[in-house]
Amino acid sequence: MRIKWWKILCVFLLLFTFTAGFIVQVPIIGNLNQSIRNFYFHVPMWFGQMGLLTLSLGYSIAYLRTHNIKHDIYATEFAKTGIIYGILGLVTGAIWAKFTWGEYWSNDPKQMAAAIAVLIYFAYVVLRGSMTDIDKRARVAGVYNIFAYFIYIPLIMILPRMVESLHPGGLEGSEAGGNPALGGGSLDPAMRLIFWPAVFGWLLLGIWISNLKIRYDLLINKTIINE
Amino acid sequence: MNKYFLNRISLTFSFLFIYLFSQAQSTSNKIAPSFESTMRSNDKIYVVMAVCLVILIILLTYLIRIDLKISKKEKNM
Repeated sequence: MRIKWWKILCVFLLLFTFTAGFIVQVPIIGNLNQSIRNFYFHVPMWFGQMGLLTLSLGYSIAYLRTHNIKHDIYATEFAKTGIIYGILGLVTGAIWAKFTWGEYWSNDPKQMAAAIAVLIYFAYVVLRGSMTDIDKRARVAGVYNIFAYFIYIPLIMILPRMVESLHPGGLEGSEAGGNPALGGGSLDPAMRLIFWPAVFGWLLLGIWISNLKIRYDLLINKTIINE
Repeated sequence: MNKYFLNRISLTFSFLFIYLFSQAQSTSNKIAPSFESTMRSNDKIYVVMAVCLVILIILLTYLIRIDLKISKKEKNM
């Protein structure tokens, strides 16, 4: 096994999240009660997805510049892990919503936008899978990935700030606007101390999973990759 | 080095579990079982923590196992 510092860091950050996340005192806000601890698990899914999809974008651009099939494999696997994170984010969000907003799915603009963002990446996987010619597939998928990313960002970062919704951040409240991810206004300092390690821990876990899939794909396609 | 590293890790975890287990055993027959009362305190949130930790540790172990298998294959190729 290639022991890398970031794998060890990932294990420690996640163990820290899973222990301190349950132990630390949290502020009781509204009807959230203890469910505010979901901050350490639900929100990092979206941060992790953002990180993974940005990496995917980078490798897609790298592929289009160099035409090295290796970069296409990297881009695909990062996007796929990003999709998994997105699905997890939607499902955990729905569970959380059921017990705070009353419904699993209340057609909230932010829920819809996040769902559309994930669907756009589904289309990426479908599009890539529909072609058999390796070079053509890589090129079309690369171009689509860039297109998808620049729809994804407005859907997940700009639109949530422009609409009123049940989700924090956006137009509601006197301290209007704010970050949709950090609970509108600001995050409690004690929570921030666990939230950011949690974000990096989950992101590193996503990179680790992608890393394994990339190495597997590279082994499978060894014959067509010219080093 | 890698082999020894993993051995050391697994050894550390085994000792940790043996220690925890022995703690749980020794406290269970006392009048005020501290481990159990801790687990029951704060609306039993620590039970959730324990469950989540088990899931996390098992999944991470699984991930490391897959990593090891791929590394082995990479070396053979």
